[in-house]
Amino acid sequence: MPESRPRRGQTLAERAAFVREQARWIRKRALRIVFEARQGHPGGDLSATDVLAALYFDAMRYDPADPRWQARDRFILSKGHATGALYSTLALAGFFPQEELTTYMQPLSRLNGHPNRNKIPGVETNTGPLGHGMPVAVGIAIAAQIDKADYRTFIITGDGELQEGSNWEAAMTAGHRKLASLTLIVDRNRLQQGAGTEDTVGLDPLDDKFRAFGWDVVEVDGHDIEALLPLLDGSTPHDRPLCIIANTVKGKGISFMENKASWHHGVPNAEQYEQAMKELDA
Amino acid sequence: MSSPATQKSGLFDCRDAYVKTLEALGAADERIVAVVNDSVGSSKLGGFRDKFPERLINVGIAEQNMVGVGAGLANGGKVAFVSGASCFLTGRSLEQVKADVAYSQANVKLCGISSGVAYGELGPTHHSIEDVAWLRTMGDITVLVPADPWETEQCIRAAAEMDGPVFIRISRMGVPALPRAADASFTIGKADILREGGDGAILANGTMVCRALEAAETLAVEGISARVVNMCSMSPIDEDAILAAAQTGAIVTVEEHSVRGGLGSAVAEIVSQNAPCRMKILGFAGFQPTGSAEFLMEHSGLTATNIAASLRGLLGR
Repeated sequence: MPESRPRRGQTLAERAAFVREQARWIRKRALRIVFEARQGHPGGDLSATDVLAALYFDAMRYDPADPRWQARDRFILSKGHATGALYSTLALAGFFPQEELTTYMQPLSRLNGHPNRNKIPGVETNTGPLGHGMPVAVGIAIAAQIDKADYRTFIITGDGELQEGSNWEAAMTAGHRKLASLTLIVDRNRLQQGAGTEDTVGLDPLDDKFRAFGWDVVEVDGHDIEALLPLLDGSTPHDRPLCIIANTVKGKGISFMENKASWHHGVPNAEQYEQAMKELDA
Repeated sequence: MSSPATQKSGLFDCRDAYVKTLEALGAADERIVAVVNDSVGSSKLGGFRDKFPERLINVGIAEQNMVGVGAGLANGGKVAFVSGASCFLTGRSLEQVKADVAYSQANVKLCGISSGVAYGELGPTHHSIEDVAWLRTMGDITVLVPADPWETEQCIRAAAEMDGPVFIRISRMGVPALPRAADASFTIGKADILREGGDGAILANGTMVCRALEAAETLAVEGISARVVNMCSMSPIDEDAILAAAQTGAIVTVEEHSVRGGLGSAVAEIVSQNAPCRMKILGFAGFQPTGSAEFLMEHSGLTATNIAASLRGLLGR
């Protein structure tokens, strides 16, 4: 059995401290590659980073040397545009060399603006168009159910993305089949591309919606690592799929980006980049 | 061979060959699963469900979810046969077919049931005369259009054996079993010459192959020797067979599909750039009026009589 979980530390505080350091590295690296590529989606990279770090550096079992290991936990980034954070996370976890991050969105780089499973180890399915991750995750969880396998499936969706109907088709199937190995984390930063979700097509009450579809629902501060870890590490058994509504801040960690829709796909100038890096180091 | 329209006996529903093959494969390989959109009946998968209840996944009336679930099952190590009426399987879920299956290279086998105008009077919403065009342009998915029960079985077996996405168009229209050599074999990407001939060639697939053979028989009586080529494999397509057909100087293509983007277009793409020859593309011009499948085929000239007339016209005879 390969080294399967990267968790460090015994106590929750120790585990959280380790994850927090990885999250800091991911934020800085994500912002750097967006800055260098002059394109990307930094707002959504930064809102999802703490959840990504909690998954890859505490909760999930995987083997970067054997990315398609059958017993691995699966992760799907349904908001496929957050590749700044995803690629930084996968590189830090050892799926491909960190130096390669400098090729992000360069001509012929395998690090496309949206992830390709056939080119990048650790990617489970090609996302980009929204509303695609959930049905695929449900299919994986059904395969695990048929095989009575113990691997788990995690998925991050954006919140605005939940306006896509395909998510609810999949949510209905997951609830009906009681897919307890499935954990959805909604990156609830309350902003979509151009405006607030509630000003566009409102999602609230989101918890009631998922409960009505047969899911267990918990709400958490999506940047509180100590609160996230016990929800993600499987220590609380479920007999239904679990929806974690992670209340997050778009652009988290950089003062001038936080909670501003314009940073959905904004790119910092040199001065802003320097200030952002200082804030992330603080 | 008499026309399927008049010869009711000895006709086969290719769905029967599909499910019989899938049940046999399922018995030998636990990885085989079927995914349906409330289409157990129309896909004739009741037998598969009874034999392997855990391996029949009905996601309800939710085609986008159905195709994504198929991709997820493949990720979990299954060989997912995703079955639904071809019009909904391809049209409703086109982006899932593109992103989750073709672009992701998921090991998913999409089975488009009752393709073409099989649903006749139900109208253009239920016809599926665009499916081959849509999927063929993706390139990264194998597209197969079997003509009879034997070929349907071969397609299903070949799809199960290969690792990667496949779309198989499975009609419910009655078709005769085509005459074949005892040692006939099927290879994805290879066309099958069913009748030799040098005056012109008829390239057909699916339900149109039997009509092409009948047209060639009619022409033979008149002294016109027409080659009949079965183009089951639409992607990859057998360029050599097409170029060889072009050497006869005249090609008629015939398909139960739109004339835009299907077999005729695929043949024209190759012929026009390499060995231009006279061509006639027979198929449907667009959305169809009310009528039975057989009526609609006659209405658009998808008959042995019109196939023969079309080749005669190209030859100036």
